[in-house]
Amino acid sequence: MPFGNTHNLLKMNYSAEQEYPDLTKHNNHMAKVLTPEMYAALRDKQTPSGFTLDDVIQTGVDNPGHPFIMTVGCVAGDEETYDVFKDLLDPVIEDRHGGYKPTDKHKTDLNPENLQVYPHSTLKPTLFITGGDDLDPNYVLSSRVRTGRSIRGFCLPPHCSRGERRAIENLSIESLNVLDGEFKGKYYALKNMTEEEQQQLIDDHFLFDKPVSPLLLASGMARDWPDARGIWHNDDKTFLVWVNEEDHLRVISMQKGGNMREVFTRFCTGLTKIEALFKERGHEFMWNEHLGYVLTCPSNLGTGLRGGVHVKLPNVSKHEKFGEILKRLRLQKRGTGGVDTAAVGGVFDISNADRLGFSEVELVQMVVDGVKLLIEMEKRLEAGESIDDLMPDQK
Amino acid sequence: MASNFGRILSSKRNMGILSLVGAGSLTAGFLLTRDQHVNAGAQVRRKYPPSAEYPDLRKHNNCMASNLTPAIYAKLCDKATPNGFMLDQAIQTGVDNPGHPFIKTVGMVAGDEESYEVFADIFNPVIKERHNGYDPTNMKHPTDLDASKIKSGQFDERYVLSSRVRTGRSIRGLSLPPACTRAERREVERVVIDALAGLKGDLAGKYYSLTQMTEEEQQQLINDHFLFDKPVSPLLTCAGMARDWPDARGIWHNNNKTFLVWVNEEDHTRVISMEKGGNMKRVFERFCKGLQEVERLIKEKGWEFMWNERLGYILTCPSNLGTGLRAGVHVKLPLLSKDPRFSKILENLRLQKRGTGGVDTAAVGSIFDISNLDRLGQSEVQLVQTVVDGVNYLIECEKRLEKGQDIKIPAPISQFK
Repeated sequence: MPFGNTHNLLKMNYSAEQEYPDLTKHNNHMAKVLTPEMYAALRDKQTPSGFTLDDVIQTGVDNPGHPFIMTVGCVAGDEETYDVFKDLLDPVIEDRHGGYKPTDKHKTDLNPENLQVYPHSTLKPTLFITGGDDLDPNYVLSSRVRTGRSIRGFCLPPHCSRGERRAIENLSIESLNVLDGEFKGKYYALKNMTEEEQQQLIDDHFLFDKPVSPLLLASGMARDWPDARGIWHNDDKTFLVWVNEEDHLRVISMQKGGNMREVFTRFCTGLTKIEALFKERGHEFMWNEHLGYVLTCPSNLGTGLRGGVHVKLPNVSKHEKFGEILKRLRLQKRGTGGVDTAAVGGVFDISNADRLGFSEVELVQMVVDGVKLLIEMEKRLEAGESIDDLMPDQK
Repeated sequence: MASNFGRILSSKRNMGILSLVGAGSLTAGFLLTRDQHVNAGAQVRRKYPPSAEYPDLRKHNNCMASNLTPAIYAKLCDKATPNGFMLDQAIQTGVDNPGHPFIKTVGMVAGDEESYEVFADIFNPVIKERHNGYDPTNMKHPTDLDASKIKSGQFDERYVLSSRVRTGRSIRGLSLPPACTRAERREVERVVIDALAGLKGDLAGKYYSLTQMTEEEQQQLINDHFLFDKPVSPLLTCAGMARDWPDARGIWHNNNKTFLVWVNEEDHTRVISMEKGGNMKRVFERFCKGLQEVERLIKEKGWEFMWNERLGYILTCPSNLGTGLRAGVHVKLPLLSKDPRFSKILENLRLQKRGTGGVDTAAVGSIFDISNLDRLGQSEVQLVQTVVDGVNYLIECEKRLEKGQDIKIPAPISQFK
């Protein structure tokens, strides 16, 4: 699935040139990399489950992209995609993840104890004396860390059959229902949710929308919606798992306020418990030492981690160097509705820009350190003072 | 349920063997090696029995969902057409679009000509339901493109603003829009525009490729009601018809803008004849002449249209089988449209109403798009005559209501002549 696979052989009746997509108006990572020669070399290949090159690239062909925003333009249908189509995906990964080479190794670190208590060396020690548990709540409204996980042996959302998707759901429910203590919670299948429950979850920023983005739709991830999709969350609503949206699992830890340390600790503890529960049932997560955790979109490889805050930065966000500051801090901004939304009332979603090549601890540390600096800058600008001496070096 | 899955999941994935777990799997019985997989064009991914794959159709209201039983699904789910098109692809649009309580969509598409044979067990009941009882197993569809047979084909132009006839044609040997590869789609474009370039006289015209059209040209064509939109309807996008847009899509029209061909939208071709005013007979004459000319020209190059005597002209959506013909007018019916008997009159005349933007739009200024309901089981001539007779009747009703006279609901006309 979605459409390229079953007639992969039919295509061989035509030359590679006749099949090669028209990418002249395209601006995404796939289009930059996929030459006619590469297309010719890869087009008759498929993964053991039957995912083909055209399946990988369909979303990128259908969505030429934007002059300013560079989308990835390709997806994986299973774990083997990253191997069978490495000639395409390695350069895409390298371009997207800041020069990450095919021979590089990714480190995983989910030990929250490693989140530094001491100040980061690039920042003035007198200003920052603790490690992530006290982001100023006058500015930081909420803190959140998310990642994704894929279950080894199953096809990914662009390619999975209904049977597989349901099996993933069943496995997930079984494992999550065992969780107790602060993780004790409940699963809500999208099919059975009432409209009120659903709207409440969306308003709380908990639930995923029915996909409307053509980027997702063109890859086939929304097939059979809402079959086998759902959300599990703990009673406190601080730990959530999305099942079968863009990935098998999306795991989210969040709470109001600025205690990122607590959020990250819960995140790591919860993930570790879930992984153990899956292993008890004979399943592991897709992971390898080169790509880290394997997810549907190449942009989420490695940690798949986006750690961020909603923070009030009405002054610094208008500063001419705001973009440059974020870039140096290796952070990105989004609106408060998430990706592709606008900031409302000077409140921004600030998170790490990287996913691969840094560990989870490193990335969250960057967010903590970076947000502290941004708040310091905001306070200076409020007081009418300069922030020139606070300009960070490129991390 | 979970423990069954556990057993399946813990066994090593073997791409050569279709899953045999669970009783009643109709895929049992043979082993496919990779070579056989290659020759048969069938997938070998299925790890779960059909019962685990069967879609949840409990909230669905479309023809596919009404007819696709678990037994039919199990029988067909591992079959493939020679091009490799499979059942899950055919029904995906119906699974993804449950439908509306009031509007019953078809819910499935064909990927190639052979789909209608390989998946006959589901297509036949769907066709029968959609086409009001037409039974492909024992009925034949008549084709008749002799426009001289049309009587009274000139409408009162105080009421009828424009007249239009459209159909579709598919090029035999090439896959249909849900399944075609880019090269096949480009081949369709090449074959069709090559033939259209041979049209002469009042049919002579020009092709505008969507990839090369300017935004102004495009907007003008849309405003003239000539161009198709980039698909946004999930009914189409979920079926895969919009892949690679706008590659190999385009519109051809004659210099007079009275004969148009859409290339690679929902079908290989959509052929449209239209004019301002009420001369439906002339519109239909041009329609038939154009279609016959195009057919002659593609035959010269060794191609033909998909057609058989059971289903008539083969198109992507089962709703368009047979003639694929929608003949209609834009007509002003301010009084009649407010009469409570309007719907019943239309129903008995075997007509349907739409707004002036086409399907799923509202009527503006009491101007309605009135066209034939049926597509399959009657010939083109019969359907156009039905529209001619029916619209003349509606205009009569409107005139009577203007004079304060009463109108009658006509007796229902018979469906299969």
